[in-house]
Amino acid sequence: MSESATTEVDRHEYDVLVMGAGGAGLRAAIAAHEEGARTAIICKSLLGKAHTVMAEGGIAAAMGNVYPDDNWQVHFRDTMRGGKMLNNWRMAQLHAQEAPARVWELEEWGALFDRTRDGLISQRDFGGHRYARLAHVGDRTGLEMIRTLQQRAVALGIDVFMECTITKLLVERTENGARVAGAFGYWRDTGRFIAFEAPAVVLATGGIGKSYKVTSNSWEYTGDGHALALEAGATLINMEFVQFHPTGMVWPPSVRGLLVTESVRGDGGVLRNSENRRFAFDYIPEFFKAETADSEDEADRWYDDKKGNRRPPELLPRDEVARAINAEVKAGRGSPHGGVFLDIASRRTPDYIRRRLPSMYHQFRELADVDITEEAMEVGPTCHYVMGGVEVDADTQMSVVPGLYAAGEVAGGMHGANRLGGNSLSDLLVFGRRAGLYAAQYAAGLSSAKPVVVDDQISAAGRAALAVFRAEGTENPYTLHQDLQQVMNDLVGIIRTAEELQRSLEEIEALKQRVGQLAVTGDRRFNPGWHLAMDLNNMLRVSECIAMAALERKESRGGHTRNDYPLADPEWGKINVVLREEDGKVTLYHQPLPPMPPELAALLEER
Amino acid sequence: MSYQAHFQVWRGDVDGGALQDFEIEVNEGEVVLDVIHRLAATQAGDLAVRWNCKAGKCGSCSAEINGLPRLMCMTRMSTFAATETVTVTPLRTFPVVKDLVTDVSFNYEKAKAIPAFQPRPKDPDGVYRMAQADVERSQEFRKCIECFLCQTVCHVIRDHEENKPAFAGPRYFIRLAELDMHPLDVNDRKSLAQEQAGLGYCNITKCCTEVCPEHIKITDNGIIPLKERVIDTKYDPLVWLGNKIRRR
Repeated sequence: MSESATTEVDRHEYDVLVMGAGGAGLRAAIAAHEEGARTAIICKSLLGKAHTVMAEGGIAAAMGNVYPDDNWQVHFRDTMRGGKMLNNWRMAQLHAQEAPARVWELEEWGALFDRTRDGLISQRDFGGHRYARLAHVGDRTGLEMIRTLQQRAVALGIDVFMECTITKLLVERTENGARVAGAFGYWRDTGRFIAFEAPAVVLATGGIGKSYKVTSNSWEYTGDGHALALEAGATLINMEFVQFHPTGMVWPPSVRGLLVTESVRGDGGVLRNSENRRFAFDYIPEFFKAETADSEDEADRWYDDKKGNRRPPELLPRDEVARAINAEVKAGRGSPHGGVFLDIASRRTPDYIRRRLPSMYHQFRELADVDITEEAMEVGPTCHYVMGGVEVDADTQMSVVPGLYAAGEVAGGMHGANRLGGNSLSDLLVFGRRAGLYAAQYAAGLSSAKPVVVDDQISAAGRAALAVFRAEGTENPYTLHQDLQQVMNDLVGIIRTAEELQRSLEEIEALKQRVGQLAVTGDRRFNPGWHLAMDLNNMLRVSECIAMAALERKESRGGHTRNDYPLADPEWGKINVVLREEDGKVTLYHQPLPPMPPELAALLEER
Repeated sequence: MSYQAHFQVWRGDVDGGALQDFEIEVNEGEVVLDVIHRLAATQAGDLAVRWNCKAGKCGSCSAEINGLPRLMCMTRMSTFAATETVTVTPLRTFPVVKDLVTDVSFNYEKAKAIPAFQPRPKDPDGVYRMAQADVERSQEFRKCIECFLCQTVCHVIRDHEENKPAFAGPRYFIRLAELDMHPLDVNDRKSLAQEQAGLGYCNITKCCTEVCPEHIKITDNGIIPLKERVIDTKYDPLVWLGNKIRRR
């Protein structure tokens, strides 16, 4: 098939279209299907391979199985404090209230969590959570979750379009405003085009990590949902907040960035510098002093007695720990390969380590020749998660564009300035379900007044997708991608300055110009070079949003640290930076946070 | 520490193809998937390859490396001599789509044919209680990352297309075993295992166990116990009599 051989388009019609088959997408599709909607799932990879599979530690839910004192109020408080109070309070509330039911439901669908001695779902400690709260399966909780949801979706007979990429949301624009009408994309194996007519689209496309050089994210994380939503008229919030997970592998180079689960610290591992010092004690911020141990003895006692002792500083929220590691390495006290040491070998028995952390044991042994039951790991920060995303209604997950929903990492607001570990998997379940449910109800409510797909939009999207074949270009998409990753790594990383952010925007602009010169080899059949060339548009747009929002927010908070504004500013703590696209150009404005009801605000004051 | 390696990569499609030779840089600590990515970035931009996590957790980058089914992301270059030719070919059991990508829909069809999980009622207080020892048996099989290496290596279907309709393969035998050993599940799939999934075709050569990147004891802990349970049901005289009576 030559590149111009066909512009034919396969056409399909559904009530609810779900983009993405990770935790949020699968849960949304199940909810939409159960609500009676004709539902389809579209995913870029094979079913069951989405990034959720890599989640290790667990699902945060205040079930109180290990500590009966735990409840949604405490979980809500931990989430808000971890997010530096910038979270959408209503999302944080719904999340804390509904997470336990979503976990129990997984069990009804076949999930097998590790158990307590009483036979209940076991719960483990994690950073920023007051009580042991994470339902888990060893350190492969994401796999258990995705397999359970996948098997449930298959059992329900939901249509799945695998290895299919959406490049454009179809939008109906009338004098009454814009609303979603469907989506356009291509089959990865044949390159053939496909168009869906659907009045409700749920974005569940995950994050943006592939714009960074050192990342724990898979190739799919190219910010598709963020970019397509923006283009369709939706708004993005909190884009300046990017989470660098404190512990990624640093050696060998080919696995740099690969995640080392927080469970290592939750289960007793500690961080040390080249002088063998537990340096986390030197980095306890004022905000968390009252609840953090100030001696090694107290920290070590906490694992067995949480009432009488305070948490080890290694279990501060991720932003704090990542900054501490960054500072130690910069001060010249790092490990041989530019990280710090994460030591569980000297603190727990080999048997315990292998049982609690089997995939970490496996990963280090096979990829780094390190036996974690005998020696310390070398770890350093890695781009892991974007707190920012599509601005949605807290209850329904609908964006400002009618019919367009977002759930999971692609949605913004839930995690504020920093996400706590374990809150992502629960976020996927709670808001995936809500998005699917309300999308189905919205589609049903339209009856005959369904949006109309304009064929011109489809043919324009087809021409755009094929442009890189016709261009007499000189740019290689792989090279352009690497150059973008370097820019984001060097100029929009953990520690930021106005000068560097400004420079990043200039660099991104230059990269955009080079996109016009892209050329791909081969034809449309399973051609990763072509796929990357199209993904690059999304990565560049999202990178621009991150850099713009980061330049705008003149303070340091959570996953956004400005060297030129090192402190949190209470005035900025009342504001979201919102991005939107007008005439192909991204602009931003300030928006006050929604006011929190006093009874919830009171919870935050409690010790 | 870098050196130039000699790679042979199968390139082609359903109509045919051939091994193509490449000279390509290899650096310390790299895995085969790193080298394949470098090939795509520098010499063969349209080289078709599946991958996702690059950490041995998603099971996407399965291929045959020097004839052995492996995950490309977990095969370190240090396991080969610098002078050794590394040959990468697509999974042999499934139809080729392009280059290293095969059509694995066989597996998804087999998955659909297995009756869904069906739990027993909850305890009176609304939760399920299970002992850790009881969940561990099924948990071993739920470690499966669906890389389909066990499927591609299985001689029942590797060179016998004709067996595919009647044979689900090791991946789905351990799925059946997992459900059979699941403390909550009440569905009985034993006759399905024998009559539709083709459990009887397996003559326990353990090739599947050998290639499993998750080190699941597919044969010893999954297939053999499942065979035993099937036989217990099928040939137990009391069960036989019970079935006979109930049918009337």
